[in-house]
Amino acid sequence: MRLRKENAVLKWTLIITCELFLALFLILPLVFILETAFAQGLAAYWNSITDQYAIKAALLTLKATLWAVGVNTLFGLSAAWCITKFAFRGKKIISTFIDLPVTVSPIIAGLIYVLTFGRQSFLFPLLDKYDIEIIFAAPGIILATIFVTFPFISRELIPVLTAQGFDEEEAAALMGARTWTIFRKVTLPHVKWALLYGVVLCTARAMGEFGAVSVLSGHLRGKTNTLPLYIELLYQGYDFTGAFAASSILVVLTIVVLVLRVWLEGRGNKDLDILK
Amino acid sequence: MKKSKRKSVIPGFGITFGITMTILSVVVLIPLCSLVIFSAQLSPAEFFHTITTPRVLKSYWISIGCSFVASTVNAFMGLALAWILVRYEFPGKRFVDGIIELPFALPTAVAGIALTHMTTTNGWIGKVFFDFFNIRIAYTPLGIIVALVFIGIPFVVRSVQPVLEKIDVQYEEAASILGASRRKTFWSVIFPELLPALISGFSLAFARCIGEYGSVVFISGNIPYKTEIAPLMIMSQLQEYDYASATSIALVMLAIAFVILSVNAILQSMVSKRVSGIA
Repeated sequence: MRLRKENAVLKWTLIITCELFLALFLILPLVFILETAFAQGLAAYWNSITDQYAIKAALLTLKATLWAVGVNTLFGLSAAWCITKFAFRGKKIISTFIDLPVTVSPIIAGLIYVLTFGRQSFLFPLLDKYDIEIIFAAPGIILATIFVTFPFISRELIPVLTAQGFDEEEAAALMGARTWTIFRKVTLPHVKWALLYGVVLCTARAMGEFGAVSVLSGHLRGKTNTLPLYIELLYQGYDFTGAFAASSILVVLTIVVLVLRVWLEGRGNKDLDILK
Repeated sequence: MKKSKRKSVIPGFGITFGITMTILSVVVLIPLCSLVIFSAQLSPAEFFHTITTPRVLKSYWISIGCSFVASTVNAFMGLALAWILVRYEFPGKRFVDGIIELPFALPTAVAGIALTHMTTTNGWIGKVFFDFFNIRIAYTPLGIIVALVFIGIPFVVRSVQPVLEKIDVQYEEAASILGASRRKTFWSVIFPELLPALISGFSLAFARCIGEYGSVVFISGNIPYKTEIAPLMIMSQLQEYDYASATSIALVMLAIAFVILSVNAILQSMVSKRVSGIA
C-alpha cells in the first residue's frame, strides 16, 4: 500500500538540480584537467609526464605513500587488536589521539613537525649530533604523510573487530594457538575487506597530500618535491600543459580509488552483516 | 585492571600495546608536546600583537566567512543529494553515489589548479560569468567559496544519508493518514530527525574548510586584506622562519576549530533532547 503520492515535478527538479551541481563541481574539473593536459597534443603530454623531474617527484610520492600505508597498517592492526580484545584504562584517550590528526589543518600538521624537529626544538641537539635530517628532507615528507592519514586504517578495523567480539580468539588461544596463528587464521579473515578499504583510503589521501608536505619540503626539484608539489611548481611557472599532464596521472589514480572504494564497501558491508 | 588483564587468555597484549604506543608517540604525542612546549614559551604580548595585526585579523574573517557560506551551500545541496539518493530511483544513481567521494580522493592541489584555471576570465566557466554578468570568480572571495564548496560536498551527504535511510516509513504513513500534507510531513516528521546529522555534517565541513589550504591557495590569488586565508598566513610566516608568529596564528585557528566542534556537540545534545522529548 502506498499512501504517499510522490510529487513528480519536485522529484525531477531535485534530481536535475543535484546532477547539474555535481556535473559542474565534480565532473567538469576532471574533464577540464584531461582536456588541458592533451591540449598541446600527445607528444607534449608524453614529454611532460616523462620529464626526469616528474618521474622523480612521482617516485617520492610513491615512497611516501608506501611508508604511510605500511606504518598505518601496522599501527591500525595493533591498535585495533589492542583496543578491541583487551580491557585497559585509557582506551578513550588513545582513540581521541588517533583521530586527532584528521581534524587539524594540514598546514598546522606541518608546523607541528617543524617545531618538533626544527632548529629551535628540544630534540634538535640530539638530531644534530647524529646528523639526522628530518625537516626539509624526505623523512619529514614521509612523517607528514603518515600523520595526515593516521586514523584511516584503524578507524575501518575497530568497528569490525568490535562487532566480531573476542570469543573466537579466546577459543583459539585455549586450544593452544600462538598469537601469530590466531591473528592469521581467526582475526585476519574477518577484517581483510575492511583492511583493504582502509588501505585504499590511506593511499588516496597519501598520494595527494599537499599542505603538510609543502611545509616540510625543501622544495628542491628532483629531491624533496612530491607530485602535488611538482604540479604547483609547474603551474606557478605557467607550464599549464605540464601541470595538468602531471595532474592527469593523479586523476586516473583517483578514479581507480573511487571504483575500488565502491566495490570494497559492498564486500565490507556483507562481512559486517554476517557478523551481526 | 591488572586482574582483568590476567584473566584474558588471548595473547599479544604486550606487543600490540607496545607497537600502538610507540607509533602513536612518534607520530602524534611527541609532536603535540613540542607544540605545547613551544606555545608556552611565547610571550603573551608578542602573541596578542601577532594575532591582532590587521592583516591576520582580516585573514581569519575571510577564512570564517567563506567557509560559512560554502558550508551553508553544502548543507542545502547535501540534504538534497542525500534525499535523492535515499528516496528516489533515477538513471545514474550508483554513479552519483560514487562520485560524491571525489573531493576526498582527488589531491587538493589538482582540484585547486583545475578550479582556478576554469574560473579565470579566460577559463571555461570564468569567461561565461565575466562576459555575461561581469563577475570574476578566480582571485576573489567568490573563488575561495567555490573551492570550499568543492571540498565540503561529501560531509553533509555522508552524515545525513545513513540517518535518512533508517527513518521508518511508518511515521510518514501515520502523518499522512492523520491528514498531513507532504510538505507538513517533511517539516514536522522527517526534518527534526535529520537535523542533528545536518548540523554535524555542516560543522565537520565548516571545520575542514577553515583549515583547507591546497585547493584554495591557487584560486584565491592571495591578495593581502582581500583573499588571504588564515592557513596561508601561517605558511608565509613559516617561509620567513618566524615560528613564533606561525604558532600564534595556528593556536587561534585550533581554538576556532575547537569552538566549532564544541558548539556542534552542544547543539547535538540539545536537538536530540528535543526530538526524544517529542517522541
